[in-house]
Amino acid sequence: MAQPGTIDPIHQFEIQKLVPINLFGFDMSFTNSALWMVIAVSVITLVMVYGSAARAVVPGRLQSLAEMAYEFVANTLTGVTGREGMKFFPFVFSLFMFVFAANMLGMLPGSFTTTSHIIVTAAFAMLVITVVLVAGIVGHGSHFFGLFVPSGVPGWLLPFMVLIEVVSFVSRPISLSLRLFGNMLAGHIALKVFGAFVAALLGAGAAGILAPLPLLLAVALTALEFLVAFLQAYVFTILTCVYLNDALHPGH
Amino acid sequence: MRRFLASALFLSSALPVLAAESKGGFPPFNASTFAGQLFWLALTFGTLYLLMSRVALPRVGAILADREAKIESSLAQASKAQAAAEVEAQGLEQALAKAKANAQAIAQEARSKSAREIDAKRSAVEKELAAKMIAAEASINETKTKAMANVEDIARDAVSAIIEQLSGKAPTAAAVTKAINAARGE
Repeated sequence: MAQPGTIDPIHQFEIQKLVPINLFGFDMSFTNSALWMVIAVSVITLVMVYGSAARAVVPGRLQSLAEMAYEFVANTLTGVTGREGMKFFPFVFSLFMFVFAANMLGMLPGSFTTTSHIIVTAAFAMLVITVVLVAGIVGHGSHFFGLFVPSGVPGWLLPFMVLIEVVSFVSRPISLSLRLFGNMLAGHIALKVFGAFVAALLGAGAAGILAPLPLLLAVALTALEFLVAFLQAYVFTILTCVYLNDALHPGH
Repeated sequence: MRRFLASALFLSSALPVLAAESKGGFPPFNASTFAGQLFWLALTFGTLYLLMSRVALPRVGAILADREAKIESSLAQASKAQAAAEVEAQGLEQALAKAKANAQAIAQEARSKSAREIDAKRSAVEKELAAKMIAAEASINETKTKAMANVEDIARDAVSAIIEQLSGKAPTAAAVTKAINAARGE
């Protein structure tokens, strides 16, 4: 599609059908996005299920990795919500591992970053908010809506405060999804642009001398992107924990 | 914020290319792929959730709990063994102190016993010696009186012999005795 030498940083986000499938009139084709979702789940399953299969008291490498992931997410969750948050542990763990694996696998050259599509991150954000709402209402009934009524506010200010609280609650899934989406998208575009600069400069005769400069930047950006890939998965998880904490302990 | 600005910058720089291609527009905003992505996301994430909540997480949790329990029980066992050892050491110390006291008592007894024996022997010997001394003194007295009696006889004999030599005739025994008694100053 893109002519050689042209900068096409968007091409990497294109969905390509690998196996066309049509279900109930919807296009459910197995795409490159679906393939990398399956790969992400497979990698996580390999580490978590196969890695822990030995049940060794003294863990091997893969089991250490599985235990590390378990304890990392468990500590994050209990640190924010306390012990009672552990009932959401499988959900939070799956969320973190999926986003983390998708982000990291997206760093492989030629791979597809599933979390760089707004629909995926928005689906995760809506899932989180749905879980928070359901857990809050099931656990506390109408008392859960006390979340929107801050205590110790003068009566005439209360409608305003409730409005602000509602807006802030509604904007949570938007910020949650946009943050992850924007980070993954921008990082990959930046990498592609600088990589393409190198190629373009090399093909431009005397200006080829300058080619190492964008290459250096691309190397630095790659390191940064690995950090961002982890950090965004962590931010997504810890915000999920914070929202779950609201559902567990409303009225703070 | 900075990242968003950066992405906007790159997007705007890429827009001409996009416009030139113009094949469904910006892929993440291509709504025709949404249903398929949601379907596969639900499928894969659902599978992951089931695998994690049913298999992996209970297993890893059990491994961690198992290890913690093992470490805790081992520590408890170790502290128990230490306490037992301490008790044993205390018992040993007590036994040692008891044995020492015993030995001291035995030595004390032996010492006092031998002292008593020595005392008894000495007093017996002393008594015997005293008895012997008394007997000896008695025999000396007897010998003395015997000797004294002999001395009178000898003196009478000597007196009658001297008088016989001087006067030529032997005095009577009564006269001699009378004379001796007078000489004694009575």
